[in-house]
Amino acid sequence: MSVTTVVLAGVGGQGTILAGDVLAKVAVAEGREVKLSEVHGMAQRGGSVDTVVRFGARVFSPVVDPGGADHLIAFEIIEAARKLPYLAPSGRLVVNRRMVAPLPVLIGDLPEPDDLEPALAAHGAIFLDAEELACEAGSPRSANIVLLGAASYGLPFAEETWRSIIAGRVPSATVEDNLRAFDLGRNACAEGVCAP
Amino acid sequence: MERTLMSGNEAAARGAWEAGVAVGVGYPGTPSTEVLENLVRYADVRCEWAPNEKVAAEVAGGVSLGGRRALVTMKHVGLNVAADPLFTQAYTGVGGGLVYFVADDPGMHSSQNEQDTRNHAAAARVPVLEPSDSQEALEFTRLAFGLSERFDIPVIVRSTTRVSHSKGLVVAGEREEPPSAQYASDPQKYVMLPGNARVRRVTLETRLTDVRTWAESAPVNRIEIRDTGLGIVTSGICYQYVREALPDVSVLKLGMTVPLAEDLILEFISKVDRVAVIEELDPYLSLRLRALGVPLVETGLQRPGELCPTAIAAAFGEETAAVRTSIDGLPPRPPLLCPGCPHRGVFHALGKMKAVVTGDIGCYTLAALPPLRAMDACVCMGASIGMGHGMELAASTERPVVAVIGDSTFAHSGLTGLLHAAYNEGTGTTVILDNRTTAMTGHQGNPVSGWGIGGRTAPAVDLEALCRALGASVVRTVDSNDLEATLSTLKEEVAAPHLSVVIAKAPCALLVKEPSDPYAVDEELCTKCAACVRLGCPAISRDATKRAVIDTALCVGCRQCVQVCRYDAIVPAGAACDIGGAR
Repeated sequence: MSVTTVVLAGVGGQGTILAGDVLAKVAVAEGREVKLSEVHGMAQRGGSVDTVVRFGARVFSPVVDPGGADHLIAFEIIEAARKLPYLAPSGRLVVNRRMVAPLPVLIGDLPEPDDLEPALAAHGAIFLDAEELACEAGSPRSANIVLLGAASYGLPFAEETWRSIIAGRVPSATVEDNLRAFDLGRNACAEGVCAP
Repeated sequence: MERTLMSGNEAAARGAWEAGVAVGVGYPGTPSTEVLENLVRYADVRCEWAPNEKVAAEVAGGVSLGGRRALVTMKHVGLNVAADPLFTQAYTGVGGGLVYFVADDPGMHSSQNEQDTRNHAAAARVPVLEPSDSQEALEFTRLAFGLSERFDIPVIVRSTTRVSHSKGLVVAGEREEPPSAQYASDPQKYVMLPGNARVRRVTLETRLTDVRTWAESAPVNRIEIRDTGLGIVTSGICYQYVREALPDVSVLKLGMTVPLAEDLILEFISKVDRVAVIEELDPYLSLRLRALGVPLVETGLQRPGELCPTAIAAAFGEETAAVRTSIDGLPPRPPLLCPGCPHRGVFHALGKMKAVVTGDIGCYTLAALPPLRAMDACVCMGASIGMGHGMELAASTERPVVAVIGDSTFAHSGLTGLLHAAYNEGTGTTVILDNRTTAMTGHQGNPVSGWGIGGRTAPAVDLEALCRALGASVVRTVDSNDLEATLSTLKEEVAAPHLSVVIAKAPCALLVKEPSDPYAVDEELCTKCAACVRLGCPAISRDATKRAVIDTALCVGCRQCVQVCRYDAIVPAGAACDIGGAR
């Protein structure tokens, strides 16, 4: 019984919930059983948020355990570091370089963490700049789809399935931008340009 | 069969619809809110947000009295508010099926306490169904209506955060024709005068016994025999965790946890060598199994917070996944008020006044955190005004005391607190943070906002007139984004020897469709005084030289920081020497 666990880790407002929804629907379209869990309410107000998608022949738990994630797709670099204990020893780590400073850093109570990139690189991280690629795709709000594109490269689903689910899930006026965003994220991984 | 991805809450709504529910009513509360938000999408169901859970339960009770099926939804703490009708609805029983959907929050993702609804239900003597995934959320909710009518009793569908907010594949069914309803008066059943209640009290026991008899052989309770060395008794999401962690053990999965199918439990334990209970929150099943004389394996898992498969595996000596060393020294990321949140200006003023703030439940509770640190207490919905009056009676501080409450929370249970203060000649000051919505739970309408569930327009209560009618001597409305007016109004009112209400009014920043143009810091003028930084706006940070920087991608142009800057260094983004952009 093989279940694949993907963690989308970010900050409230970064679009992890939509990204998780797309991933879950892709897995369903490809015939897998799927469970997805997400966080609502107070934590969404700028706090750490994770969306967990698990798929396989039969899935019981909807949550991720320490050491249980096959893929950790971090939408923000501090959250990548924070959620590292969830990543399996053989797991794949994709990290958006963007840093969203938490409040203690914004107000100067704590320093901005430095040296996260080399620390994450030591765990085999693949880095990309999702916001820059999203702007290149035509919409700065499509960074979450860029990251899905990056995630897709390591997941066992057909590119066409991804494209049709994304097209059906994002606002109709933004379909072209989002599909470009997906391609840019996917290609960034495929071509290794974002390798450490 | 077509399978659809649904959250537990979506599936529960579908189950209620399939059961032919006529009315859905509730008060928003994470993690229960989306049940009603999904039910309202079915055109043939009337849905309503109530001012609080007690009213919701009473409306649902009235629908049931009228012979139609009703669903009432709330989070665990909402059942405290609705407990008064529930405990006696158990006596009266139902006309149309009456189902409570109550969602507990183990781990307190978005709650002020942990409570186990099974204990509430056991005390009220009402049956509880516990789904463990989305499919069961649909099936159990649908089933609950039939059980309610068959056994003449309200039924609780008890969910938890991971059931409500996890999605899984669901096979949906069709809608039953709602049972026809013709009201027939039956005061001996429904008028709970002591003479009638004594009769119903006795029938409640027989009705519960009948439910238990049903539960002994009902498919919602299921024995799964695998390796018989260890048997686990569990329910709800913990069933999924057990199957993940210990795939080979035998399991008694209880879909109904009140009343307990005791014969089935004894049958199960006779088939296994050792028995353990796996449950979150209270030791509800453990205590009852022990009372049945069942010796339980001590797991060490009965503790605050959520369980997970790894914890369960470890408790039984199973090998768990290797875990990478974490990166130390990361700054925490607490939730915080949004950029442009109108609450921020009010708490900035209260901080300046060094006020003792009795707070309440909503986004604004976050003002207790740094850098605002402007709240002294927060206990439950509506508590702020009564507690403010109590602080006045304690007379133990020279600092001004101010009660702060949101618009929806005031409508929920703040009115009676204000009425109490007026009746008992209090002279305190209450701030109603009127942001036109119930923001924390995802922007539901409320009696103040002028719109209702599903976005339909609704009458908006005249908040000023309401506060005057409740007995406030002075009621004043200020724009919360006008910091000077807010501060001066609050100062005047706390100094005045009368009961006052200040309505701090401005829409939730997330509801403003077209934000104003962003601002930026003029680096020539910035003196690094950090007055703006102390507002705690996520759009404002400090650079390496300690100068303030505004993230123009986040700024919504509320101008609160412009007003606290004494050096005129915060200017429209276009005019700045150094425009802080997205980092």
